[in-house]
Amino acid sequence: MNSQAMSANNPSDLPVVSDRLAKNAMRNVSERLIEALLLGAAAVSVLTTVGIVYVLVSESIHFFQQVSIVDFLTDTQWTPLFDDAHFGIMVLVSGTVVSSLVALSVAIPMGTIIAIYLSEFANSKVREIAKPILELLGGIPTIVFGYFALLVVTPVLQVILPELPGFSLLSAGLVMGIMIVPYIASLSEDAMRAVPMSLREGAYAMGSTRLYTALHVVVPAAFSGLAASYILAISRAVGETMILAVAAGMQPNLTWNPMEPAATITSYIVQVALGDLPHGSIGYLTIFAAGLTLLLITLVFNILGQWLRAKFRENY
Amino acid sequence: MQPLTTEQIRAVIARGKLKDTIFKALGLFCLSIGLLVIVALIVDMFIKGSERFTLDFFMNFASRRATQAGILSAWVGSLLVMLVTALAAVPLGVAAGLYLEEYAKRNWLTHIIEVNISNLAAVPSIVYGLLALGIFVYQFGFGQSILSAGLTLALLILPIIIVATREAIRAIPAMIREGSMAVGATRWQTCRYHIIPYAMPGILTGVIIGLARAIGETAPIITIGALTFIAFLPPVPFTGEPPAGLFEWVMSPFTVMPIQIFNWTSRPDPAFEVNAAAAGFVLMVMVLSMNAVAIYLRYKMRKNIKW
Repeated sequence: MNSQAMSANNPSDLPVVSDRLAKNAMRNVSERLIEALLLGAAAVSVLTTVGIVYVLVSESIHFFQQVSIVDFLTDTQWTPLFDDAHFGIMVLVSGTVVSSLVALSVAIPMGTIIAIYLSEFANSKVREIAKPILELLGGIPTIVFGYFALLVVTPVLQVILPELPGFSLLSAGLVMGIMIVPYIASLSEDAMRAVPMSLREGAYAMGSTRLYTALHVVVPAAFSGLAASYILAISRAVGETMILAVAAGMQPNLTWNPMEPAATITSYIVQVALGDLPHGSIGYLTIFAAGLTLLLITLVFNILGQWLRAKFRENY
Repeated sequence: MQPLTTEQIRAVIARGKLKDTIFKALGLFCLSIGLLVIVALIVDMFIKGSERFTLDFFMNFASRRATQAGILSAWVGSLLVMLVTALAAVPLGVAAGLYLEEYAKRNWLTHIIEVNISNLAAVPSIVYGLLALGIFVYQFGFGQSILSAGLTLALLILPIIIVATREAIRAIPAMIREGSMAVGATRWQTCRYHIIPYAMPGILTGVIIGLARAIGETAPIITIGALTFIAFLPPVPFTGEPPAGLFEWVMSPFTVMPIQIFNWTSRPDPAFEVNAAAAGFVLMVMVLSMNAVAIYLRYKMRKNIKW
C-alpha cells in the first residue's frame, strides 16, 4: 500500500497510465463492436420484411407479365393448372372472406363477452384460472384444430344440418372462430383494465349497475383497444391456413354460401406446395401472386387498425 | 314528473341486478366453451388414437398400411428443426431485444425497427413460407432441408422472443444499471453480468412459448416443399466427419409432426384417422406441456421477484 502510493508519485511510472488508456481504448472498440452486432440482430427483422416484399413482388412481376391484372381481378374462374387456364383471384378471395366472416361472427362476440366478464365481473381467482386456459387454447396447433373441424365438428353439424357436405367453410370457420377467441379476449381485457378506476367509480356513484358501467363507460373508453383486437383477429382469420386446408376442401369455388366447400388464398398455396411444380413455372408463380394478395389484405387491415387506434385513443 | 315509489325503485334495482347475473352466466358460459374445446380435443384424440400408443408407433416410419405406420421420422424431424430454430432465434431475438432496450437511441431507425416488429407479428405464417421458398430454398440453395425449415420458423418466432426479452428487461429497475455503471462497468458488462441474468426467466418464458408455436406450425413448412413421406432418418447431429460432416444433418430432407398429421387427416381411408388422432395427441402433449411450463415459470417469477 505504502510502496504503491510512493510509486504513484514517481514520474517514471507514467506508462502505467497510458497502459490503462490503451486498455480503455480497446474496451471502447469492443463496446462499439458489440453494439454494432446487437444492432445487426435488431435489423434482421427489417431484413425479413424487405425479404418478404422482395420475394412476393419480384415473383408476382413475372406472373403479371403472363397474366393481365384485369383478368386477375375480374375473372370468375381459378384454374391455373388446367390447359384452359384462368386466373380469377376473386374465387379464392370469396372463400377467404366467407370463412373469415363465419370465424369473426363467433370470435368477436365471444371474445368481447369473455373480456368484459374477466375485466369487470370476475374475481381474481377466476381470472387466475381463466387466463391460462385461454392461453392454452391459443397455443393449440392449427393442424389439430383442422383435425377437430373435419372429424369432430363437421359430423356434429351434419346432425343439425343434414345437407352439410363433408368439407365446408362453415365448420372450418366456426373452429377458426374458437381459435381466435383468446386473442380478442386477452387484448380487449388489457384495454379495458387500462381504463382508470375513477371512471367506473363515477358511474357506480350515479347508481349504475356493473353491466351498465361496463357497456356504457368502460367499453367506449377502451374502444381503440377493442378495435385493435378485432383488427388483429381479422388478420388471423384471413391468414389462417391449416384449418381451411383440412376442413374446407381445396376446390376453387366462387361462392358466398358458407355451407359449401371452397378453397381460400391460403389453402390454395398449400395445395400447390404439396404438389411438385417446377421452379419458375406459371403454377409456381401463382402462389406468389396469391401471397401478395394476402399480404396486401392484411396490410390494409393493419393500417386501418393503426388509424382507428390513433383516432379513438382516449388519454387519461 | 312523478317521483318513483319505493317499490318501483326496488324493481329497477332488481332488474339491474338480474341483468348483471345473466351477463355473469353468459361470461362463464363463453369461457367454458373454450375449456370444453380443449377437453373435447384431448379426449377425442386420446380415445380414437389409443390403440396406436405402442412403442412401434414411435419407432416406425410412415407406411402405406395404417396399422404399421409410425411417427419416427416426424418426431425426430420436429426435434431437429426445433434445434435449428432455437439456435437461430434465441441469440438473434435476445440480442435484438437487448439492443432496443439498452442501446437504441430514440431516432427514426429505432422507430422503424419497432413498428416493423409489431407489423411482422401480424403477417400470416404462410407468407413466411413463401419468403423461405424464394430466399432460403432457391436463392441460397438450401433446398427443402432441415436448415430451411428451422430458419423459417426462427424468423416466424423472432417477434415473440424480442417482445418477451424487452418486457423482461424493462421490468429491471434503473438502479441496477446505475449501480453497475457506478463501479465502472461498461454498458456491455452491465448487460452481460446484470441485465441478461436478471431477465433470464422472462426470456426463457418467451423462448418456450415461441418454440411451442413453432413446433405446431404447418403451413410455412409445407410451403417450402417439405416431403410428406420420409422413410429414413437424417444423420445424427454433430457426429459426422469434421468439419463438413458435423453439419450434414441440417441439409437432410425431413418431415415434421404437423405435416404427418395433415397427411393422415387428408387421406380418405378412415384407418388413418386413428393415426392422425394418435399423432395429434402426441403433438398436443408436447405443445401444451411447453405452454404449461411457460405459464408456471411466469407465475413463479411474479411471486418471487421483489426489487
